[in-house]
Amino acid sequence: MDADSLSYIFLNAAIINNFVLALFLGICPILGVSGKLGTAFPMGVASAFVMLIASLAAYGINIVLGYFELEFLSLIAYIAVIASAVQLVEMVVKKFSPPLYRALGIFLPLITTNCAILGVALFQTSYEYDFLQSLTYSLGAGAGFILAIVLMAGLREQVDLADVPSVARGAAMSLMLAGVLSLAFMGFAGLGG
Amino acid sequence: MAAKREQEPITMDTFLSGLWRENPVFVMLLGMCPVLAVTNTTENALAMGLATTFVLVCSTGLVSILRDFIPKEVRIASYIVIIATFVTVVDYAIQAISLEIYNALGAFIQLIVANCMILGRAEAFASRQPLGKTLVDALGVGAGFTLALLCLGTVRELLGAGEILGVQVFPDGFEPWVIMLLPPGGFFVLAGWLLLFAWLKERQNQRAAAAKEATADGR
Repeated sequence: MDADSLSYIFLNAAIINNFVLALFLGICPILGVSGKLGTAFPMGVASAFVMLIASLAAYGINIVLGYFELEFLSLIAYIAVIASAVQLVEMVVKKFSPPLYRALGIFLPLITTNCAILGVALFQTSYEYDFLQSLTYSLGAGAGFILAIVLMAGLREQVDLADVPSVARGAAMSLMLAGVLSLAFMGFAGLGG
Repeated sequence: MAAKREQEPITMDTFLSGLWRENPVFVMLLGMCPVLAVTNTTENALAMGLATTFVLVCSTGLVSILRDFIPKEVRIASYIVIIATFVTVVDYAIQAISLEIYNALGAFIQLIVANCMILGRAEAFASRQPLGKTLVDALGVGAGFTLALLCLGTVRELLGAGEILGVQVFPDGFEPWVIMLLPPGGFFVLAGWLLLFAWLKERQNQRAAAAKEATADGR
């Protein structure tokens, strides 16, 4: 497959270089919100949506800042856009689903500091993707994030029922699960050819 | 309450709690992304730890100075902009000092902005405390973060390449565990450290309980 083709970019972002399991981006929500499938999936969708906005905005920001030769401001501009987008999502969730809003709690505003989202903006800039490629990349990254958080939530729901030694309960167990998932995802490394 | 807190003196404890009892990585589980991503060698771990500490100290310091001027409604956005400014400074500084480290850390220098530990410290501590205490606390938390990064970095480099800081430790016959340098290794090593700390804590609790029982029996 051609490295610049849209299908490759999508697969690469979603599976081969999965943002969570291969690039270690967005670990905090993965450890924090993946306790139940019911909250994990909306969290993944909300993050993927912010990713999409951040990616489109970053593309525009790059053009504007490049025109004025102010590239050193790009980081500040990205994070400001992401923070506003998160605010938007927060208001929408609060209005349409108060129970979900309470379930996500502190992790909803913390999407701002989800490095996966800033990561999308930074990586698409460093790969010099054009508009369509950026769009595909952010969709792929979002799909990969949803996949990872749903897989983790499913595994953790099962582990909750198992008899785990008291020392290993909680974060250590989640990290080991993530490690095993990450091992499994390494198997996709050859997919791009 | 807030006024009373401000009068509390700066003690060694302010520094030590961030370093150990409230260690950002091992206890609070904050800022995990760089912890896992850049700790494949000791050198990277150290550089990342120092860069993060610098940003943490400068930005919480500034937040503390400005804490009476920032309106409550826009405080998170203001903090993020302050942090992003200092990260940009660090980004260019590392690029000027060592291009090698800059390339090894890659996008993770800029991703310090999204380190929830820094925002957490700014929100939970710096926004309510005077400058001096904030700086001491930030130094402690930064040191704790660097310590955690080094814990992971040394183990991963030792097992994954048989070296520490590029110096060979194990004899030539040692077959490196390459998996330790790859992503799954990061998860497993961190899980290992957490297990160790949980075990130590449980043992301590058991001993305390046993001692309590013994004194109760004595009576």
